[in-house]
Amino acid sequence: MTGIPEASSKNYCYHCGEDCEGNELHFDDKVFCCTGCQTVYEILKGNDMCTFYDLDEVAVGLTQKGKTGKFYAFLDEPEVVQKLVEFTDGERTRVNLHLPGVHCSSCIWLLENLHRLDEGVLQSKVNFLQKELDITFREGTTTLRKIVELLDRLGYAPAIQLDSLDRPEKKVVDRKFLYKLGIAGFAFGNVMLLSFPEYLGLDETVDHAYYYWFGYLNILISLPVLLYSARDYVVSAWEGLKLGQLNLDVPITLGIVTLFGRSVYDILSETGAGYLDSLTGLVFFLLTGKWFQQATYFNISFDRDYKSYFPIAATRLGKQDEEQAVTLDKLEVGDRILVRSNELIPADGTLVGGKGSIDYSFVSGEAVPVDRKVGDYIYAGGRQMGETIQLVITRRVSQSYLTQLWNDEAFTKRRELQASGLADRVSKYFTLVILGIAVAALMYWGSKDIDKAINAFTSVLIIACPCAVALSIPFTFGNVLRLLGNQQFFLKNTAVIEALAKIDTIVFDKTGTLTISGNTGVIYSGEDLSELEKSYVAALAGMSNHPVSRALSSWLTGVTKYSGLEDFGEFAGKGIRARVGDQVLRIGSVAFFREEGLAVSGVEGTLLGIGDEVKGSFQVINAYRVGLEEVVRYFRDKGELYLLSGDNDGEAERLRPLFGGDRFLKFNQSPVDKLEFVKQLQEDGRQVLMIGDGLNDAGALQQSAVGLVVTEDANNFTPASDGVLKADRFRLLPAFLEFSRKSIFLVYWAYGLAFIYNMIGLSYAVQGELSPVIAAILMPLSSVTIVVFGLLSSTALARRSEIDKSHP
Amino acid sequence: MYVIFLLIGISLIVAIGFLGAFFWAVRSGQYDDDYTPSVRILFEDKQTKNDKS
Repeated sequence: MTGIPEASSKNYCYHCGEDCEGNELHFDDKVFCCTGCQTVYEILKGNDMCTFYDLDEVAVGLTQKGKTGKFYAFLDEPEVVQKLVEFTDGERTRVNLHLPGVHCSSCIWLLENLHRLDEGVLQSKVNFLQKELDITFREGTTTLRKIVELLDRLGYAPAIQLDSLDRPEKKVVDRKFLYKLGIAGFAFGNVMLLSFPEYLGLDETVDHAYYYWFGYLNILISLPVLLYSARDYVVSAWEGLKLGQLNLDVPITLGIVTLFGRSVYDILSETGAGYLDSLTGLVFFLLTGKWFQQATYFNISFDRDYKSYFPIAATRLGKQDEEQAVTLDKLEVGDRILVRSNELIPADGTLVGGKGSIDYSFVSGEAVPVDRKVGDYIYAGGRQMGETIQLVITRRVSQSYLTQLWNDEAFTKRRELQASGLADRVSKYFTLVILGIAVAALMYWGSKDIDKAINAFTSVLIIACPCAVALSIPFTFGNVLRLLGNQQFFLKNTAVIEALAKIDTIVFDKTGTLTISGNTGVIYSGEDLSELEKSYVAALAGMSNHPVSRALSSWLTGVTKYSGLEDFGEFAGKGIRARVGDQVLRIGSVAFFREEGLAVSGVEGTLLGIGDEVKGSFQVINAYRVGLEEVVRYFRDKGELYLLSGDNDGEAERLRPLFGGDRFLKFNQSPVDKLEFVKQLQEDGRQVLMIGDGLNDAGALQQSAVGLVVTEDANNFTPASDGVLKADRFRLLPAFLEFSRKSIFLVYWAYGLAFIYNMIGLSYAVQGELSPVIAAILMPLSSVTIVVFGLLSSTALARRSEIDKSHP
Repeated sequence: MYVIFLLIGISLIVAIGFLGAFFWAVRSGQYDDDYTPSVRILFEDKQTKNDKS
């Protein structure tokens, strides 16, 4: 073997569609990127299910690359199974699994044909938006473990986490809300129909008997609207009043109750047709607004805590070393557990067997795994990367170093999130002013004409019902949420938009937020490397799983690996070595080179040696996200900017000019430090926006006014937050925030429009001249105006802010 | 003009019928997932030929 093999042309995996990067496997005249993908193909072909590959969308992204066989022995424990299944009668069992891997129509097809792969599966049904699979299977023919292992093999590893224990009941879509909306819509249409005589002024010509008979029917139809559809508003208003708050539901309820009371009085006393069309229309519009506002992202959860990060079970070792799967909440201090390669450390403990190499990248932001030896203390949350280790638990799961963060009061006090501060502030004055006008009208007419006085009083309350105010936020902000969601920036609810506008201090996490986790750059200094030498390095680095080796591998992507390396050896914590012909290749630390008997002086970092010569050294640096400078510059204009990093200050030099001084850079911050730092800022009266990514930011994210999470994949675990931003849109963050700030003004404009309508209506009302027809025209008209204005203006603003053009 | 009673009666019954149909649709879960069925309907139904059971 001499020289570099021919550079291969690009080959794409037949199964997952990804670039094979020179490692292709050939099977059945097709190319695969890894054995995992090939296995899936074999399974499908063996079962005559190649239709999968004929479907429009190839299952791109369903790659089996770098897959690790997970361990599902805990699914044999009856106790665990009992908590996961939804229903069982001993013969048939139904279970609902969350599969983050579901992403295309081919997935649906494959998962719904599971019965062809496993005879025991009776039925499997996918809910695509929620990424859930509902499986019914026959006990005895198959088991939950077998099904889960099959799914894992196919690339749809179910997310079975600790929190699955907490919510055994399935969350159903809010059907009650749909009933309410349906009833309101039904009543609105039919009451309008029955009000036609009134609209057309037929009361003179048609016999009075019919006319009032229509009125009674209207009351009958409107009753369910008042008692059922509008229930939430009445209850919320009552609860607000009990707390002494005038929330937006108070004037709405006042309007609804007055509308109904006045209408019933008019109809029964045969003095008028009533305003029941306005009442039902109002409730229908309000509920439609609520429905529109629920721009929920089913697959994104904003409330995850550590429980959805940790696995559901661990392997406990008994006295005779027998293995037993046990759920994490049953782990006690003193238990001895087994942690295999790629498994999470569930609780703090002492290492008693094996060599630990623990990757804390998601917890602390530290990119390089830390080595631990027997006797060392190990914190929970890290991922064991090397061999299987044994731990003795020293703290329970919920009391561990990382998880105790959730005992902080920031997590226990429930934050009022749905309520809109803006609408409630407006409604306070609104209610008082309207009541003032109504009372003034009552007093004015009271001395002259008592009937007219009551008429004017109720008319003011009816026409001023803040329908438009209540609709403008759901429709404007609801649309803003959708537009941002289209750009992979997901906000929890409309209240976050209001909170964003008030931000004056921004706190960034570093690793994973400003830098790309797992993606590192390499700086090489030393003698220039020839293509052949590069291919040596690529081959040698490719044999090791150490982060520096992985960084080198990704740095050398595109370089064909030399295929004639022999005698590979890896020395944990030191370096790697292999032989090419009579030359020895070495990559490792200075100490490693000295141990190997080479003279080294004046170099740092990771050295490269070919033969007896040190060629140069590599320095692994974090790669910063695209657009970092623009983002930071934008935020510096908006307020104070801080950086909190769990990492050491190795990169302070690069960050100092960006952030404007050491005062704004904090390194070596523990999760609790971050939380405390945000608290301190808030005590100085600051509105803090925290942008983070990992579990170590969870406390700070929860404490701050708005917490945003940057993630590579929105389906992955993200700590509880108010918003989730897809990492590749990071550079658009300023545009997104500017857009949401400006959208507040659209709501002000809508309020202005509502004010004009109210003025017109009130001018009739105070004179006691508000006829049902005027109300029936004015109220829906103002609602429709506000809705159309909210939708159109926010879409136009998005276009002007270039939100929608920025699609990559 | 008395026919109007009849007409209104019929129109209300029809409308209530549709409201009932809506309730049935919600109750039977048709609104729980409004995306997946739109994909499912496009799959070829080969099961009858290849079904092993």
